[in-house]
Amino acid sequence: MAEQTTLFEYLLRLGDNALILGHRLSEWCGHSPALEEDLALSNVALDLIGQTQLWLNLAGEIEGKGRDADKLAYLRDAREFRNVLLVEQPNGDFAATMARQFYFDAWHYLLLRELSGSKDGRIAEIAAKGLKEVTYHLERSRDWVLRLGDGTEESHRRMQAAIDDLWMFTGELFESDEVDEAMVREGIGPDLAALHEPWLGLVRATLEEATLTVPQPGWAQRGGKRGIHSEHLGYILADLQFLQRAYPNATW
Amino acid sequence: MYAQMVKTGIDHIQSKEEMSPEERAFQDRVDADIKIEPKEWMPEAYRKTLIRQISQHAHSEIIGMQPEGNWITRAPTLERKAILLAKVQDEAGHGLYLYCAAETLGVSRDELLEQLNSGKAKYSSIFNYPTLTWADIGAIGWLVDGAAIMNQVPLQRCSYGPYSRAMIRICKEESFHQRQGYDIMMKLAKGTPEQKAMAQDALNRWWWPSLMMFGPSDADSVHSAQSMRWKIKINSNDELRQKFVDQTVPQAEYLGLTVPDADLKWNAERGHYDFGAVNWDEFYQVIAGNGPCNRQRLRTRVKAYEEGRWVREAADAYAAKKAARAQARAA
Repeated sequence: MAEQTTLFEYLLRLGDNALILGHRLSEWCGHSPALEEDLALSNVALDLIGQTQLWLNLAGEIEGKGRDADKLAYLRDAREFRNVLLVEQPNGDFAATMARQFYFDAWHYLLLRELSGSKDGRIAEIAAKGLKEVTYHLERSRDWVLRLGDGTEESHRRMQAAIDDLWMFTGELFESDEVDEAMVREGIGPDLAALHEPWLGLVRATLEEATLTVPQPGWAQRGGKRGIHSEHLGYILADLQFLQRAYPNATW
Repeated sequence: MYAQMVKTGIDHIQSKEEMSPEERAFQDRVDADIKIEPKEWMPEAYRKTLIRQISQHAHSEIIGMQPEGNWITRAPTLERKAILLAKVQDEAGHGLYLYCAAETLGVSRDELLEQLNSGKAKYSSIFNYPTLTWADIGAIGWLVDGAAIMNQVPLQRCSYGPYSRAMIRICKEESFHQRQGYDIMMKLAKGTPEQKAMAQDALNRWWWPSLMMFGPSDADSVHSAQSMRWKIKINSNDELRQKFVDQTVPQAEYLGLTVPDADLKWNAERGHYDFGAVNWDEFYQVIAGNGPCNRQRLRTRVKAYEEGRWVREAADAYAAKKAARAQARAA
């Protein structure tokens, strides 16, 4: 039974990352720099919402208390959310959105690649499907880091500021706790620390090509995976959960 | 409609005798239902009218993203959120096809956006009303997209090739949009008393503005007559409005909702519903910029455009650098 709880916790992390980042990206719809970006950002958001449904439905199944993806997404409070701090950071300008996306996509890609070989067939299946989508997400966000980093003086300045600002939220991606360790032991999930080198390699190569400076290692903000979030998450949930909270037990 | 009261710049309909040989040959092609393509000769007034009409339609798609986008972050389930996001995304896509269709007539997307941002270009009056509750998302899909389809289905047969082809693509997606709107209304109408009240309230607020979408009666409009002769307008405003009322009233009845019109009555003799008078003063006020959201909509659009400028400039600069590097390597 303890194992099921651990697996549930692990799946919440995967689902909540996709849910919160998808939500953030959906905020851009209609406000982006060009119509093409409204289309592209919405595509990424839609992929992430789809992944959310798969992860959270599986989480609900494992939990066995009759909660599905919607119940988990719409009826938990902030302290029960398990996403990393990076994905809940505000959209900021387009550079901040793309820096956040690139950091996350690079990690997400590596994680899903490992998870698609998971011993748990259900997880492997969702990861393999997600990996196809995230391969494209990474290509796109990497491309924007290049274009903005090596574009104009202004775009370079903005991209460097975004890269520096968000750096402190990347450390949490590679830190393991007892949940991650249990997943490694059971062959379900990868050792997160082992993803750090390939991630850093990808980030370094991209930032250098974009004429940007790689931030120095420093203090990492952490807590999202244990439910200790930034102030931003509460507002995301206030929007996301409004109707379900205002009209309990209604179907939509 | 998505394009309302489009002016043609003419003051009377030319007879065939008044036409130049080129104009006559052009009109003969239109009469024979042969599509006009971008490189062919066309009267200047036809070209200009089409630019006005297509760009007004494109602008409506883009501004229309705002009232619906207003509920993307608050959609009540993951599925509803995905559907709404995909729908608003489709509207961006429609805007793109239509700007492309307009570009075949010799005007750039940037010029058209400039006209929108400066307030010079018009877009449909309907998008100047606010979306106050989730039911408004249902009502927009059901009524607004329903009204748009009325006009756009016949436009699939319009005389200008690129516009006709854009309409064919758009209509496929619009009918899906309308279904999702009706589906939202159905869920609400069959839901809790609060949900049903929310649905009725949305119908009350969106009904009349939806009828206004077709524009005032154009039975005596020389512009409409000319546009119909050019086959870039297929039906009169009153015809389409009647068709919309006839189609929509039974749908409202099926939902158990009441159309907010005391004069609405089936007229067996005409075989149509009679309905009350539309408040055209309100329509003209909205068109003139005094609707509840005109300023907000335009400001939001301008803000996105201005704040995105450095991004577009960076993308251009990067593309130029990349091309220069490739050229240097090749040399």
